[in-house]
Amino acid sequence: MQGTIELRHRPRLCMGAAIAGKKEGEGPLGQGYDQIIEDDLFGEESWEKAECRFFYTAADTCIRKAGLTHQQVDVMLGGDLLNQITSASMAARELKIPFLGLYGACSTMAESLCIGAMLVDAGHVKTALCAASSHFCSAERQYRFPLEYGNQRTPTAQWTVTGSGASLLSSDENLPAIARCTHVTIGRVTDLGIADANNMGAAMAPAAADTLTRHFADTGRSPADYDLIITGDLGRVGHDILMELMKERGCPLIFERYMDCGLQVFSPDQDVHAGGSGCGCSAIVLNSHILERLRTGEVRRVLFMATGALLSTTTSQQGETIPGIAHAIVLEGSDPCSGAC
Amino acid sequence: MFDKNAKPSPQRQRQLDRYKQLVERMSPNSDMGQGLLRAFWVGGSICCFGQFLQEAGKMWLGMNNTAASTFCSTVLVLLTALLTGIGIWDKIGQYAGAGAFVPITGFANAMVSPAIEFKREGLVLGLGAKLFTIAGPVLVWGISASVVVGIIYAIWPW
Amino acid sequence: MLWSLLKAFVVGGAICAIGEVLVLKTKLTPARILVGYIVAGVILSALGLYAPLAEFAGAGATVPLTGFGHALTNGVKKAVQEIGFMGAFTGGLTSTAAGIAAAVFFGSLAALVFKPKAK
Repeated sequence: MQGTIELRHRPRLCMGAAIAGKKEGEGPLGQGYDQIIEDDLFGEESWEKAECRFFYTAADTCIRKAGLTHQQVDVMLGGDLLNQITSASMAARELKIPFLGLYGACSTMAESLCIGAMLVDAGHVKTALCAASSHFCSAERQYRFPLEYGNQRTPTAQWTVTGSGASLLSSDENLPAIARCTHVTIGRVTDLGIADANNMGAAMAPAAADTLTRHFADTGRSPADYDLIITGDLGRVGHDILMELMKERGCPLIFERYMDCGLQVFSPDQDVHAGGSGCGCSAIVLNSHILERLRTGEVRRVLFMATGALLSTTTSQQGETIPGIAHAIVLEGSDPCSGAC
Repeated sequence: MFDKNAKPSPQRQRQLDRYKQLVERMSPNSDMGQGLLRAFWVGGSICCFGQFLQEAGKMWLGMNNTAASTFCSTVLVLLTALLTGIGIWDKIGQYAGAGAFVPITGFANAMVSPAIEFKREGLVLGLGAKLFTIAGPVLVWGISASVVVGIIYAIWPW
Repeated sequence: MLWSLLKAFVVGGAICAIGEVLVLKTKLTPARILVGYIVAGVILSALGLYAPLAEFAGAGATVPLTGFGHALTNGVKKAVQEIGFMGAFTGGLTSTAAGIAAAVFFGSLAALVFKPKAK
């Protein structure tokens, strides 16, 4: 086994919530989100506070939709893109749920689901909340330039999603199960020498290929065993590179059964170049669109793999290349017969 | 990794090279012709407007050469500050690239945009300190280079 | 006047287009290109190559950042002629004071008036 863990008790993914910004709401998946926030500041004084409120709102909405109170959640796992993951920590300050802060860059949604599912599976906690958020404006000023600075975006650049998604995992039989978590594959940090911070897809694709290859080897499965393989935010460039890398490894992905959240969250005419990115990208797509398709039975077994580019402005300026990571979790829709037989 | 002189193994180097080629093949390139055309006409127009300001200053406001060129740069900086403030300059910059940032307008935008963005961290450590985050290097290197030129000139005038 | 406007347009546009080539071909960040431009302006001017261009194109040569470098050098040379060695330290900023002061002042003013906006 190379990082894949089978979850014998198949913890339930009971509920998801997705809170999206205005631009995301105008995207192709706009109808699916629980709430679309037209105001970029979300009524707050700064982008950072706004992102914190996105995080809080997603977590709170998810808990309430599941019919629980904050006290009934045993642990919350989550993070965001900002320094010292302040959005998540400050939202946790208000939520008052025991909190483990995670940093996996844009892979945070998958990372939190992997850890949450393992905690629930092992019986350490009954209910775990997994969440991630990002905000275009707060990410832009931290990683790139002030919003009003007139720089040119390259065609490989991606657009940070404003939004937050949360999923509730539980072993409680009384809660409805949209899906069950069956396997997690923990990512390895992989770096094939990409230093261009405007081409994150290329930096992250090798990590995605590595995690996928190990997952298939560990489980004895192939891409055909999944109705859908979902990557987080590889974008146009990373999507194409991953297809190519998997072909080279003799394990080609099936085009119709592979989707990238970064390519789905915006439409091409929204001027986002290579697609969406950020923790919020995979978080809002998973917790709206994907969970809905699992609920309706349109897809039965999916592999959700969010990818992260583990760079900072400091390491970038020091000339370091960009390490990538990808964590994967297998979600299976409730078998129609599993309750009876 | 922590051995500074270590070269990647030949196998690893091959892998890195192959991946670099793959990425170059898969990444779309910017449209060179379009980029140049946009930079040319926007940059040219800004300079042309600057020339107009100078001529206007001399012709109608009775300015001498020095005053007219000061008038020109001050007005361009003021207009950029305004356009930056109302959120139009970033769109011009996205469209024109170097056409917008090479003229003095780009210098102004580089000062104004962080000032607006970082005001929330306070008037002293936010606005005051961050004003120079992007434009600072330009002043540092420009002034240093000119001091070197000045010293050489003082010792050895030509 | 039309002729001088046209000259400013063509020369200014060309200087910007060279910058765009650097952006697209070398992936240098704008900040690095601007530093390169101002230092290039200082050096070209010191070598006496920039003055003829400025003479010919007017604002087409002085509005781009290379012109800023040209002004720095001009100021330094003038100050050295006037006050001697110490002019190397006063001339540059004296000649470019208006541009810098305007950017600092209007920048701060704009920051007080305007709010950052999402794109």
